[in-house]
Amino acid sequence: MARKIALRDALREAMSEEMRRDENVFLMGEEVAEYNGAYKVSKGMLDEFGEKRVIDTPISELGFAGIGVGAAMNGLRPIVEFMTWNFAILAFDQIVNNAAKTLSQSAGEFQCPIVFRGPSGSAGQLAQQHSQTFESWMANVPGLKVVSCIDPADAKGLLKSAIRDSDPICMMESEVCYGDVGEVPEGEYLVPLGVAAVRREGTDITLVSYNKMVKTAMAAAEELAKEGISAEVIDLRTIRPMDHGTLIQSLKKTNRMVVIDEAWPFSGVSAEVAYMMQKHAFDYLDAPVVRINSADTSLGYSSVYVEEYLPNPTKVIKAVKEVMYVNN
Amino acid sequence: MVKSKIKYDKATYLRWYETMLQIRKFEEATLIAYGQQKVRGFCHVYIGQEAIAGGLVSALRKEDAIVTAYRQHGIALCRGLSSKSCMAELFGKATGCVKGKGGSMHFFSNEHRFFGGNGIVGAQIPIGTGIAFAEKYRGTDNLCVTMFGDGAARQGALFESYNMAMTWKLPVLYICENNGYAMGTSVSRTSNIQDIHKIGLAFDMPSEAVDGMNVEAVHEALVKAAKHIRAGKGPYFLEMKTYRYKGHSVSDPAKYRTKEEVKQYRDIDPIKITEKTILENSIASEAEIKAIKEKIKVEIAEAVKFAEESPLPTADQLYTDNYVQENYPFLT
Repeated sequence: MARKIALRDALREAMSEEMRRDENVFLMGEEVAEYNGAYKVSKGMLDEFGEKRVIDTPISELGFAGIGVGAAMNGLRPIVEFMTWNFAILAFDQIVNNAAKTLSQSAGEFQCPIVFRGPSGSAGQLAQQHSQTFESWMANVPGLKVVSCIDPADAKGLLKSAIRDSDPICMMESEVCYGDVGEVPEGEYLVPLGVAAVRREGTDITLVSYNKMVKTAMAAAEELAKEGISAEVIDLRTIRPMDHGTLIQSLKKTNRMVVIDEAWPFSGVSAEVAYMMQKHAFDYLDAPVVRINSADTSLGYSSVYVEEYLPNPTKVIKAVKEVMYVNN
Repeated sequence: MVKSKIKYDKATYLRWYETMLQIRKFEEATLIAYGQQKVRGFCHVYIGQEAIAGGLVSALRKEDAIVTAYRQHGIALCRGLSSKSCMAELFGKATGCVKGKGGSMHFFSNEHRFFGGNGIVGAQIPIGTGIAFAEKYRGTDNLCVTMFGDGAARQGALFESYNMAMTWKLPVLYICENNGYAMGTSVSRTSNIQDIHKIGLAFDMPSEAVDGMNVEAVHEALVKAAKHIRAGKGPYFLEMKTYRYKGHSVSDPAKYRTKEEVKQYRDIDPIKITEKTILENSIASEAEIKAIKEKIKVEIAEAVKFAEESPLPTADQLYTDNYVQENYPFLT
């Protein structure tokens, strides 16, 4: 049985279920307790779990990320919420230099089972500092795993897996998708890390995406269907490790691929996907892999800039026609 | 200390002496091996600061956790990591305490509650605070000793950590080993606040300066601080005024200070002073001191021999300990 709930509720269910299951799991971050979460993801959790396990922090991203790392090294399983990943930049020393490297530099003497989570990506006219994506930044670092998913059912199952996982995990959500409603199964289930999902089956073109750009890909696929082009849409769900197998499998069928990635183009997830396809599926490609990214600029405030900056279905459809050698 | 009243038993004095001498001799052997290019990478020795490690040995419980920075060989040894496993680590050998993965800056041991060995200045301050957070969360009365240098005292991580540790009354004992220099920059050139312990006062944290060249003073300050922390009263901050005789790292000739300044500290060398105290007060005989010296000489020689004769790790070990997950699909 499934019910329809919002992404924020699905994420809260994941955290609450895991906190009921394991005393060592706790949540800390700015405004997570008394304020019920900046985006209401943790609403009601203080009431259920108390201030020992749902902890408001001061605005000290570096400090509380490091406290999370130390607590994880000493046997707890922290969930550290960042109000946005943009603010987590202040904590990158702890994420990159410590969480990611604890296991390696201690040769397994200490583990760091921690989940850093929060929204990534643009969310309206928020201008330069509040509109960035962080999947490719974090996925570059060995030792970390990176999850990025806004489908309510999958996000819940992935977050539960992430909390149980003994490696440090960066979970990327989306401010503008917390209210998105989807069917979420009743009862206990997990979604495994490192496995992509086929959101729509198709035969002519593979659209690869993650986080809220999956919605852009799906919208483009619907439009393309009207023109007789059958697009397969794949949601990566986990960025690191990446499920190349599912991508190659799809490419063998469609022979063409467009990557829709909200990140900047340089050294991003889209570049990684394109490299892997030319390396492992070169003989199946009938056209170069093309990517649609955000513009290679900082994002200005005006709505004109936002429109120009972000990927959208029109841009995706144009790219699809380019790789299919179809004239408008 | 020489003229002062003898407050502790023979075993305590000898333990302090042996701990400090073991560290000193380990570090001297390290410098020789570095000169022979058997130890590589960044290497920061503890020579001059041993009284702090000596005090930790007598004041802590074995269940207490400890985390420090990259000048860490002496702290690892005082927590009970063997000189063999530490020397082998410096030699990059498979038998090292972290299998040749950490080197001079990153020793770790879960068994000895030694949480490293951190190479980023001040990064261990929030980590130690988090280790203490976990102890409080579990309801133990263990504490976490969180050590850092005078350079790290200027990092924002300290201020964030002190604020949360005091707000949440975490069982953390902060120790600033103030050896006077952040690499080549003297304390007086890094801040208007030269009494580093005063930083703690901004958070209402009990904070004191300690003669870090005097093992007895270190011990007494640690015992007092630990008692406060174990009573659930929250963190404590001790600034140990100490000195390193060598440069910041092996590649630093330390031209930023005078010979006279170094001599002034060598004259109050904690090992020399403790030995004098022991002998002048007949706490132990010359023969007993000689026996300790001989024992340590043999131990360190054996550690070097062990390190030299140990096998290197195999290249495939590069792929272990990156993820807890087995069969993680590394890109090739």
